[in-house]
Amino acid sequence: MDRRKFLEVAALGTASSLFSWRAVAQSKSDRLLIVAEMNANSLDTHTVGANRATYGLVWMTYDRLMQFGTRTLPNGVQRYDYFDLKPQLAESWEMAPDNSSVTFKLRKDVTFHDGAPMSARDVKWSFDRFVKVGGFPQRQMELGSLTDVDQFEVVDDHTFRVKLLRSDKLTMPSLAIVVPSIYNSELCKKNASAADPWALEWTKNSSAGSGAFKVESFKSGEQVVLARFGGWKGGSMPAVERVMYRSVAAAGTRRALVERGDADISPDLPPREVADLIASKKFNVESAPMANTLKYVALSTVTKPFDDVRVRQAIAYAIPYQKVIDSSVFGRAEPMFGASSNAPTDISWPQAFPYDYDPEKAKALLGQAGLGSGFETKLFFDAQAATIDEPAALVIQDALGKIGVRMSIEKLPDFAARRSQKNWPMAIDIFGAWFDDPDFFFRWIWHGQNTVWNVASYKNPEMDKLLDAARQERDSAAYAVLVKKFIGLAMTDVPVIPLYQPILDVVAQRDTKGYVYMFHRQVDARTLHRT
Amino acid sequence: MRRLVLGLPTLAGVIIVSFILTRLLPGDPAVYFAGAAPTAEAIAELRKTLLLDHSLWDQFAAYLVQLARGDLGRSLVTGQPVVKDLSLRFPATLELTGTALALALLVAVPLGVAGALRKGRAIDHICRIVSTMALSMPAFFTGLLLVFVFYYLLGLAPAPLGRVDPMAFPLAERTGFILLDAILAWDWSSFRDGLAHLVLPASALALAGIGPLTRVTRGAMLAVLTSDFIRAARSYDMSRWRLVYVYALRNAMLPVLTTGGFVFSFLISANVVVEKVFSWPGIGSYALEALVASDYAAVQGFVLAVATLYVLVNIAIDILYGIVDVRVRLAG
Repeated sequence: MDRRKFLEVAALGTASSLFSWRAVAQSKSDRLLIVAEMNANSLDTHTVGANRATYGLVWMTYDRLMQFGTRTLPNGVQRYDYFDLKPQLAESWEMAPDNSSVTFKLRKDVTFHDGAPMSARDVKWSFDRFVKVGGFPQRQMELGSLTDVDQFEVVDDHTFRVKLLRSDKLTMPSLAIVVPSIYNSELCKKNASAADPWALEWTKNSSAGSGAFKVESFKSGEQVVLARFGGWKGGSMPAVERVMYRSVAAAGTRRALVERGDADISPDLPPREVADLIASKKFNVESAPMANTLKYVALSTVTKPFDDVRVRQAIAYAIPYQKVIDSSVFGRAEPMFGASSNAPTDISWPQAFPYDYDPEKAKALLGQAGLGSGFETKLFFDAQAATIDEPAALVIQDALGKIGVRMSIEKLPDFAARRSQKNWPMAIDIFGAWFDDPDFFFRWIWHGQNTVWNVASYKNPEMDKLLDAARQERDSAAYAVLVKKFIGLAMTDVPVIPLYQPILDVVAQRDTKGYVYMFHRQVDARTLHRT
Repeated sequence: MRRLVLGLPTLAGVIIVSFILTRLLPGDPAVYFAGAAPTAEAIAELRKTLLLDHSLWDQFAAYLVQLARGDLGRSLVTGQPVVKDLSLRFPATLELTGTALALALLVAVPLGVAGALRKGRAIDHICRIVSTMALSMPAFFTGLLLVFVFYYLLGLAPAPLGRVDPMAFPLAERTGFILLDAILAWDWSSFRDGLAHLVLPASALALAGIGPLTRVTRGAMLAVLTSDFIRAARSYDMSRWRLVYVYALRNAMLPVLTTGGFVFSFLISANVVVEKVFSWPGIGSYALEALVASDYAAVQGFVLAVATLYVLVNIAIDILYGIVDVRVRLAG
């Protein structure tokens, strides 16, 4: 054998032995691999900078007093039901006759992962924690009027009372979201220090809950392995024993992993890939419209010529909505255009606005506003959403050109940081809310209190009056009347033109079932199973 | 030692520039981390927690004090100290880049030598075409192409999920270099698994380095082969193999080494995209994520670590010069 021949044989030999690893078959019926762009950067949502993936993780490793029920969407996909609160660690609860407090009876059989029994003192410590740690948890719970440690009272070992500061319909649902998770207070206290009384440094890398899954290993931002907790009392036992969440940054790689069958679920493939995979019919694609989420164009109502409502309406008639949806998200969105009138018939939110592509009507409205010859303006959008928003911006630019509006486009890398400056004549933005009450969503964008999300700087005393009244209203019939009124007003005034409601497409293998859409948009492994 | 001291001003410059650049870049960490629906109040509060409400001078002074203690601060994205993050990820990057450089040298040097020996013949043209192609394809593209062909179409390569099979038993970490750890633990299957995961990303990265290395080897060899001492050696009827590989190649090594140093530095930056494609848990993907989130401490830590690496590589090359070329040693 000469030298060259030897090298060839040797090279082939190593290559084939390298690649024969696949022969080592994996039994994967009771475990799942979930690949997403982002992975949890903490094991506790209370820590500063905890990302969205952390919400999904804490959702499974901790429990709450209450949880949301589920309902089925028209396409058969399951989603959480905000208006159906069910017990989790609490057995039952009772509102005081004068609505001044709510008393929770706790389950007596709950243990944390380390075996310690859960009592009302753990609940009290956990609730004190979210009002004391500052940052996101504190701000979030303030929205539900939960602000003061004196509101939380241990009645006995298994009875816990929350005093209500005011009548606020967000208080109860607030207790079923991720923030008010119940922590193992004794374990946390052991790992606390004078500088860090709430043991945030420790819970960042260690878990102290009673949830369906225990953390088996955690590499911040990279991967988390969860193992089923045999003593879970917060719901019916998960079917899968182990779940791995793994960050895979490149979308192309995520798609390849799913197509090869190595990954079981990818919840965040780009719309173009999803459209392809749906067409292939080889996967179980679970699609749910993102609850309380809108993609829209905001028009600055304090900038000429958008201070004139006719100009805003003209723009709303000049946008080819279907074309925007097709070119930016490949049809993966709920349309928000084409309603028959600006008097809503129901209080569902988001709902379609009464505009459609009608350039003649747009031109006529511009003419009435004295702008028949058009004008110049500028549209801003977030560079981080460029793959989706840039095609939309180009379609809008083209369409506005046809009614004489010369619109230039600017892509901002620091869009989020500059949102509060509110100096954009036009901007493409997105907003999502955690609570399903329409007045909650409206407060962020249409209320004169002018949050950072009111990019249009919209202020209308009539709107404020309707929203403030709706916030207080306990009677559902009276509430519905108010909601229809303020949605109608938003339709007429159009400081914000909805483009579409995004859809969350979760691509799973054919045999992987049981997905439930959650408000935090992360994949909840507790209900997943293989068929 | 003297060389180490000479590297210090470079590092000082890097510290200042990286501090200023991170502040100049668009983006505000307070807004990024204030959650989905931040109020102006929440942002202001976070800015205070992150000490962003102090003047730039104060921030810089605080950063220097931190550095003096060997503390690079804390990353907001991972929530961990930057030193810990980097030391966990550095071996992954070094293993990948080192393997890629070795691969590139293994291909480029023989190719360059062959091109020089048969100048103008078929092998020379092949050598030129290969090096031009390798140079003109961006690393992320070759990475995706390799994944597509060897994983997706042929199913030969393992899933591009980092350094080892994610479902396998984790190897006890000693050095952080998977291959070395596997050898230390005498774990043959982990070694194979690690190697299998390394082949594609290292090849993608190596392709980026083959171009310049081939060209430089060829050029240097051509110059040496026409020099007087080779002609003299030829006249002594020395064996061809000894002539080319011992005398000529050794003298052609200096420019190749210099380029090798450049290529190594270049590969570290090309790493950023290759790591993304292969979910490689190295410092490149870490820096990319940190940059998007305006995570100042992590970005500065990354820049400083890479700068230190560059300085060390340059020193190593200086020392290698001395070994390869007696003249350098004597002049030094």
